[in-house]
Amino acid sequence: MINLWFVIIAFLWTGYFVLEGFDFGVGVLAPFLARTPAQHRQSLETIGPVWDGNEVWLITAVGAMFAAFPAWYSGVFSSFYMPVVLILVGLIVRGVGLEWRGKVANPAWCDFGIVMGSALPAFLWGALFADLLFDSVPAALFGGVFTLVLCLLHGAVFLSLKTDGPVRHRARTVALLTGAAILPLAVVALSALGSVPALIAMAALAAGAALTYRRREGWAFATTAAAVALTSAAVFTQLYSAPLPGMTLASAASGPYTLTMLSWIGLITLPFVLVYQGWTYWVFRKRVALAA
Amino acid sequence: MDALDLARWQFGVTTVYHFLFVPLTIGLGIFVAGLQTAWHRTGKEHYLRLTKFFGKLFLINFAMGVVTGIVQEFQFGMNWSEYSTFVGDVFGAPLAMEALLAFFMESTFLGLWIFGWDRLPKKVHLACIWAAAIGSNLSAYFILAANAWMKHPVGYEVVDGRARMTDLWAVLTNSTAIAQVPHVIAAAFIVAGGFVLAVSGYWLLRTRAPMWRSAARAALVMTALAGAVVAGTGDMSAKLLYEQQPMKLASAEGLEHDTAGAPFSIAPGIEIPSVLSFLSTGDPAATVQGIEDLQARFEREFGPGDYRPDQQIVFWSFRVMMVFGLSTVGLSVLGLWLTRRRRAVPDWLSRLLVAALPLPFLAMIAGWLLSEIGRQPWTVAGELLTAASVSPGVSLTEVATSLTIFTLLYGGLAVAEVLLLTRHVRKGPELAEPVPEPERLQPSLMY
Repeated sequence: MINLWFVIIAFLWTGYFVLEGFDFGVGVLAPFLARTPAQHRQSLETIGPVWDGNEVWLITAVGAMFAAFPAWYSGVFSSFYMPVVLILVGLIVRGVGLEWRGKVANPAWCDFGIVMGSALPAFLWGALFADLLFDSVPAALFGGVFTLVLCLLHGAVFLSLKTDGPVRHRARTVALLTGAAILPLAVVALSALGSVPALIAMAALAAGAALTYRRREGWAFATTAAAVALTSAAVFTQLYSAPLPGMTLASAASGPYTLTMLSWIGLITLPFVLVYQGWTYWVFRKRVALAA
Repeated sequence: MDALDLARWQFGVTTVYHFLFVPLTIGLGIFVAGLQTAWHRTGKEHYLRLTKFFGKLFLINFAMGVVTGIVQEFQFGMNWSEYSTFVGDVFGAPLAMEALLAFFMESTFLGLWIFGWDRLPKKVHLACIWAAAIGSNLSAYFILAANAWMKHPVGYEVVDGRARMTDLWAVLTNSTAIAQVPHVIAAAFIVAGGFVLAVSGYWLLRTRAPMWRSAARAALVMTALAGAVVAGTGDMSAKLLYEQQPMKLASAEGLEHDTAGAPFSIAPGIEIPSVLSFLSTGDPAATVQGIEDLQARFEREFGPGDYRPDQQIVFWSFRVMMVFGLSTVGLSVLGLWLTRRRRAVPDWLSRLLVAALPLPFLAMIAGWLLSEIGRQPWTVAGELLTAASVSPGVSLTEVATSLTIFTLLYGGLAVAEVLLLTRHVRKGPELAEPVPEPERLQPSLMY
């Protein structure tokens, strides 16, 4: 039961990184890929209907940690205090920026919030998990740079898949540049994680760059999503034996009664969540055209 | 001043901000869904205009509810790690259920609603706003059930210094939650009702267009009905306080000693005999426990310490909640009477509705101060003291930094939200139909 809940929590975090990963990337890239306000709106519209639902994966992952491994939850967030504060600040200004952008007279502040609020968490989540695993500042910085570039790549590929016209063209260029930049970073970062998922993630990134070059955008997005998922899987594989230094999962876990109850609730509700979130992506499956 | 004090301030500040926005989300979501349903049923254009207008105000506010909520979920772990470790087994379950059952539904269907006007069949689109609004209300249930457990813990045992859940159903059907959930949700509808009334009042003073009378009428009905629920569940809560949280009850009334036929205190020195006993038990002669006698009993049970919450805040927040909450409800009943059978809304009433806007918000905040400061010195009544709940490894500097950052950020965003709401209220609803040519309109028809 403890193992099952560790896997569920790893799954929720992974879902969060895959989904919010691309909308972090889009958030940072949108102003830089646009030559006109309409192009800027076009980029942000690709994530408009889905980003808030993507963020609930984080809320659920953290809620599940709180319920299933209270000592792990409280240990992580009280020991990584300032990074978590900054992540929260990022998520706050980003959320408000995305919701208010279309309703204010001058969206410059909202745009600043969206860019900063997407870049900060994209960097800090990587830094936080790298620090958790390797307990060193250089590792943390490197981990942060790696996840930031990974999000940019993931977001650029998503934009090239979901837009039309000049934005699509520029997104492809950015995807190729970040794809080239991430390969050496990935070799270092993923070999440090050193497990089978990490190795496949490296292959997925290489494939993603090649597929972008050959304009197979759908497949390219599938590979960058796989790379994010596998990186997350590699991180959680490492955390399994020691979720925090000196802590075991069993010592951090809730009682069997709570875990059983939560399992039933999760097993019944998660399929519904996956279906209706999937349906959202289906409803908005068309490329976002440039508004006239 | 130590990390504990600042952590408490941070929780207070972030929660009060959060609960300025969330009640509006809870009530306004259902109100907008109702407007859109009215448009479907009647096909009348002005319901569509109202849906889009209040929908926009709803979304501006929704953003703040979401972003202030994220902090809540993290700060239990950040500032209150001892608390989280002690209660996670029980308290975490409703939080996880809230995310799985309510937040996913709310956020996903709201995204579909915002961007789906042209892409979804009309009925499906209507269903989306209902799903989102119901999601908001469901989330309130789960978090309030978790909160109720802190004040009246049930369905658990303590093993190795940690609470272990033994009965999830007992946690979800806690009598305290059963009284508190409808009380808070109905209060949220009063907040939303007060908001819609103020906006409609403002527009009635400007235009007298019939659509604003119908918006105001709908909000008056909503506020008055919610008022009945608030009063009924408030009475339930008083009786539960008598059994479960006698110290909070005594402090809210400033009752020093155990008293038979205890009086209800309107203000210090003005008392109505026997009413407190009657309200809390149904028997005017019953004995209500007093603060000092309870303090002595708690010391015998839990050891030396001060078991009295801040008397001034608890006493006065109770009165602010009652007076401001009931005056909003009273105003709605008055408004219903004055506008009965197609009567127009008098200008002085419209002015009063605009002026009354802060009242339900203040009542809501006062209610939370009564509820949570009245719970002190415990985080989990009888089990865990607030002083023992704080994170031991977090420094004063860290808490001070995050407190400063969040207070300034929230303060700035709250001002921005008020400005943004004002701007869109002033702008008014957009025309749903193509604008008729100006020269054909008589000046008297224009506004």
